[in-house]
Amino acid sequence: MKLVISITGNNLESPFDPRFGRAAAFCLVDSETGEWSSHENPALSASGGAGVQAAQFIAKLGAQAVVSGAYGPNAFDTLSPAGIEMYLAPSGETLTAADVLTLFKAGKLSKAEAATHSGYHEGHH
Amino acid sequence: MRIVVASGKGGTGKTTVATSLALSTGESSVRFIDCDVEAPNAALFLHPMLDTRKAVGIQLPVVDEALCTHCGRCAEVCEFHAIAVIGKKILIFPELCHGCGSCTLICPEKAISERLDVMGVLESGMTATGVDFAQGVMNVGEPMAVPIIRELKKWTPTHPFEIEIRDAPPGASCPVVETMRGADFILLVTEPTPFGLHDLKQVVGITRELGIPSGVVVNRDGIGDNAVEAYCAEAGLPILMRIPMERRFAEAIASGRTLVEAAPEYRTAFQTLLQDITVRAAA
Repeated sequence: MKLVISITGNNLESPFDPRFGRAAAFCLVDSETGEWSSHENPALSASGGAGVQAAQFIAKLGAQAVVSGAYGPNAFDTLSPAGIEMYLAPSGETLTAADVLTLFKAGKLSKAEAATHSGYHEGHH
Repeated sequence: MRIVVASGKGGTGKTTVATSLALSTGESSVRFIDCDVEAPNAALFLHPMLDTRKAVGIQLPVVDEALCTHCGRCAEVCEFHAIAVIGKKILIFPELCHGCGSCTLICPEKAISERLDVMGVLESGMTATGVDFAQGVMNVGEPMAVPIIRELKKWTPTHPFEIEIRDAPPGASCPVVETMRGADFILLVTEPTPFGLHDLKQVVGITRELGIPSGVVVNRDGIGDNAVEAYCAEAGLPILMRIPMERRFAEAIASGRTLVEAAPEYRTAFQTLLQDITVRAAA
């Protein structure tokens, strides 16, 4: 399965980033072969709608599932129709993307069934 | 001539100054627009007969699924990520949309049309003393004031005017910038307190960015400290008027009367202020 993990660096050993829309980068990893690539998040500097942009970005990468620490309502509403399963990894611990992959393969990550928080976009314009 | 009355900090006396200025224009015809669309209150002092109303908002995209080829150009052009194309699905996020119309323009299939998303109303009418008054009122829960302010500024006045006075919203964000855009002079009302000074600096930054001349009115003069005074001297900002802290002014404002009505001796001061602004705006 093609899995995307939000990270703060540029490889599979990079720290897990619990933010989705504002994650520094995404690590795309094939959970069967272990083959991976990293992609800077184009939504990092978005003035608004980061969740929507990041979701479209990982959909284009061909992700079938994603692991992050939280999903806002717009990210959730974009990822759901894209058929991308959303998993949650704990943000309190120091995890690398490789650790997250191990947890995912062991079936230890829970699925996000709804947005985990309300949006951050509160009319700054 | 277009004059904006702004402050940064809320409650420094923007509306107090703006309404009294509007009543001190002598023979010149005046238009007053209350741009604080989240909480317009100038009508409480000027008492216009609001007899014209108009719904305003932004144009939201509507996609004709039969024409859409899911090419994704609309999603690419949207600076605010308010429209997304995921496979064969189009998602529109109204609360992110700024109504700029880029998606409609770029769609090669002409599959996007627009509908008005009503965010509030504009209201206008004359006051007893002949001020052509208009205000915007944003619906509760709406996140964006700028589209309403933009429409309010564009709304054709019922009478030709020589002087336009815009009462700005508090703060130093987009609604204030939109209110200031196109103005000839910005009158900054502050109070001699650390909070007043902090926010004054913020709006001074905006006036300089926009390249519009400005001057300061110190309200509640006599309270606080001398820091506003020192800052104005250092920044080359003229202090054009001082209004002392007096209980009778507060009582008048609280009962819906303007400063010049409650204290007619200030009429001359406001006329002088207007003359001063006219000279400085032309310089």
